[in-house]
Amino acid sequence: MGEKGEYNLSIAKSIMVEIDRMDIKKLSECKVAMIGITKRFPGVLANDKVNLYVKEGEIHAIVGENGAGKTTLMKQLYGLIKLDSGTIFMNGKKIVINTPGDAILNGIGMVHQHFMLVPPLTVAENIVLGMEPVKGIVFDINKAREDVKELSEKYALHVDPDVKIEDISVGMQQRVEILKTLYRGADLLILDEPTAVLTPQETEELFTVMKSLKKQGKTIIFITHKLNEVMAITDYVTVMRLGKVTGRVNTKDTNPNELARMMVGRNVLLRVNKKPPHFGKKIFEIKDLWVKDNRNLDAVKGLSLQIRKGEILGIAGVAGNGQSELVEAITGLRRAEAGKIVFDGMNITNWTPKQVRKAGIAHVTEDRLKYGLIVKYPISYNFILAHYDEVPYSNGGFLNFNTINTKADKLIKEFDVRTPSRDVLVGALSGGNQQKVIVAREFYFTPKFAVVAQPTRGLDIGAIEFIHNKILEMRDKGIGMLLVSMELEEIFSLSDRIAVMYEGEIMGIVKPEETTVETVGLMMAGARLTEIKADDSRYEEKDV
Amino acid sequence: MIRDMKKKMFKNFITFFKRDTFVIPLASIVLSLFIAALVILSIGKNPVIAYASLIKGSFGNVQAFITTMIKLTPLILTGLAVAFGFRAGLFNIGAEGQLSMGALAATMFGVYITSVPAIIAIPIAILGGMAAGGAWGAIAGYLKAKTGAHEVISTIMLNYIAALLANFMVNGPFQAVGTGIPKSPEITDAAKLPVMISVQASSLSIGIIISLIAAVIIYVIIQRTTVGYEIKAVGFNPYAAEYGGISIAKNIVLAMFISGALAGLAGTVEVLGLHHRFLGTLSAGKGFDGISIALIGQNNPIGVVFAALLIAALRTGSNQMQFAGIPKHIIIIVQGLVIFFIATERLVKTLILWKERKEEEVLQK
Repeated sequence: MGEKGEYNLSIAKSIMVEIDRMDIKKLSECKVAMIGITKRFPGVLANDKVNLYVKEGEIHAIVGENGAGKTTLMKQLYGLIKLDSGTIFMNGKKIVINTPGDAILNGIGMVHQHFMLVPPLTVAENIVLGMEPVKGIVFDINKAREDVKELSEKYALHVDPDVKIEDISVGMQQRVEILKTLYRGADLLILDEPTAVLTPQETEELFTVMKSLKKQGKTIIFITHKLNEVMAITDYVTVMRLGKVTGRVNTKDTNPNELARMMVGRNVLLRVNKKPPHFGKKIFEIKDLWVKDNRNLDAVKGLSLQIRKGEILGIAGVAGNGQSELVEAITGLRRAEAGKIVFDGMNITNWTPKQVRKAGIAHVTEDRLKYGLIVKYPISYNFILAHYDEVPYSNGGFLNFNTINTKADKLIKEFDVRTPSRDVLVGALSGGNQQKVIVAREFYFTPKFAVVAQPTRGLDIGAIEFIHNKILEMRDKGIGMLLVSMELEEIFSLSDRIAVMYEGEIMGIVKPEETTVETVGLMMAGARLTEIKADDSRYEEKDV
Repeated sequence: MIRDMKKKMFKNFITFFKRDTFVIPLASIVLSLFIAALVILSIGKNPVIAYASLIKGSFGNVQAFITTMIKLTPLILTGLAVAFGFRAGLFNIGAEGQLSMGALAATMFGVYITSVPAIIAIPIAILGGMAAGGAWGAIAGYLKAKTGAHEVISTIMLNYIAALLANFMVNGPFQAVGTGIPKSPEITDAAKLPVMISVQASSLSIGIIISLIAAVIIYVIIQRTTVGYEIKAVGFNPYAAEYGGISIAKNIVLAMFISGALAGLAGTVEVLGLHHRFLGTLSAGKGFDGISIALIGQNNPIGVVFAALLIAALRTGSNQMQFAGIPKHIIIIVQGLVIFFIATERLVKTLILWKERKEEEVLQK
């Protein structure tokens, strides 16, 4: 207790010094200033004396790796969690925020990573929810619709007030979230990784919206770890690493490399180092595979492909073109209606997940929380998810805690999982560390073949680089791999061959060094490679 | 080295008692007793006398102690049954029906298997009772695994079927000859559980030992075996379990079988250790008590033993309280409040946090 008291005192002192150093003018220039913010969670110092200065009318990026403390800092500003110590100034005046209600009263609005909308209600109903206009004691839906229309026109955020949330795209839902904060009178908007769920086009639209909000005098705090977005849209950047601020720069005075260095504390290779391939024999083959989706419609339509040992076949494509169903059919989680899946000479079509795994196929799942992990199990238990019933992890039906623990410690070290202990519940880890747990488990048991889906979705640069190198390490050991990813960059930098999937079919298979992003993009939009080549040759003929 | 180990063990010991699973039930019990004391005060009685007679009535002398232990025996088992189901994400409301099916089967084995020594007759009757209760539970498990029928509905329905079947048996084919009363014939002496202590009309059989052993075995299954690993995995996240190669269907049926077998064992020890015959309606809600006990015990086998002890002691002691002039139904208030506070654990947590913060503030000053 004494130690903690001293610590608090030192924080208090540093706040005093900090406030002394800033002249009052600077403080009043800031729309919001958070000074000496410290937040401790069990085992982690999530924010360590963080200072944040956001000027009025700017788009202010907070960047940092997953687990750097960005979201924690913002949750304190929005009153979702209480700060341990520190002071918040708004428009030069000290304010106290204990609940989101306080934040809203101070004109702060937050759009969360996961939307807080009611799917069966309409856009207008969602926006006014909690402060509905009333006529007598009856909800005045017409007033609500008018208000929403007016608001959406004022900020050029076009939405149809009468459609239901469940019927509109993710990008639209995000707009509704933004309108919700504006309806509550926000003039400081916090956007927590808003682009993580958006398509590139929707991202562009969001940026337009952000620019128009800025024009209207709103201040925006934009949390992200995508550096190209920072460069594209923001005015000022605060970089965080491991709970501390590691840099503050004007966007126009910096570049992605410098930001990356501040984020991870060293130079990062944004490109992986791929060795020349050594292909072995054919290890995996799919022949004329048909799979249905949850709505009982054909999702995979007569797909065929082959993969050799030591080869990565990347599957590119826009989400929802049958990639998930393909992966699930291979790994035994979904029935194949017709066709054949052959692995290592065995017909493994419609085997159970257990049989597929025991045959030597690893599976890094695209949905780490739904399929990949049991969040209420400790890390050590998650490492043995598919092997708990094998010697030496269990013996005669009894778990062998010594081997389980030794192995957990080894994997935590080898795969750089940042955790205070192997007994921590997986649910308490950051996304990047959760993914490392999955990759460690799947790659450790020396599979012969691996199905890897979306291995780096939502991860920061450091974790992406780490996982990419692990994937290439496996390939160089001679393991065949099917890599499914929505990130074209990932597909291009890792794959030996790229197959593009569109509406359940393969449009063409190309080598990354012999093709262009444009060609792959055309195939993703539904053009067959043969058609593209025909077009090309036609142009060539014309040129001649 | 040894000192370090001792230190570590002591630390583990302390952290166990600081864990929510321990603090919340305990705080809830204390809080409930406090509020019930206010109720007792408000009807003009003395809560100190009330609680003193409650303790005296449940542990005050050997006979009281025996009565408490007799009540405790089946409650541990039904509590374990419900708790085990919860661990697999299943809400087994059917402990009641599984209990009477177990009791019925155990009685039949006890009546019809004659001329064998106790060392054979007792295990056969116990296994028979457990198998019957387990099978009754597994029906609901099978229905869920195959058709998705929710276990809450199917176990409730199975309770009715079991109750009517039991009633039919003791009024028809399995009625004690010439009595005209709804009860089965008495089991053979060899099948009766040995008695440990006897005071006047109450005698304590080794049934309580069987219950405690069951608690230990269930604890080991949950914490240390692959079966427990699978069942908890299915309970926490069936998708991830399936992805990891664990069969959801198999584990649902298995968990319901084990859960039912524990409830069946509760019925079995009631027959073999206490009534020595099947009375058709002998459960008197013990299956449903299992739900409260699992809740208070936080689905932890050891917690279940203490929760069952609490309920058994309250029930036994309440008579003494009545003699002292305080209505025995006060204990229902206590029981209800305990469950209320545990179900609304956030409330208790907030109270505890608030207290800690106060302490911190005082320390800082």
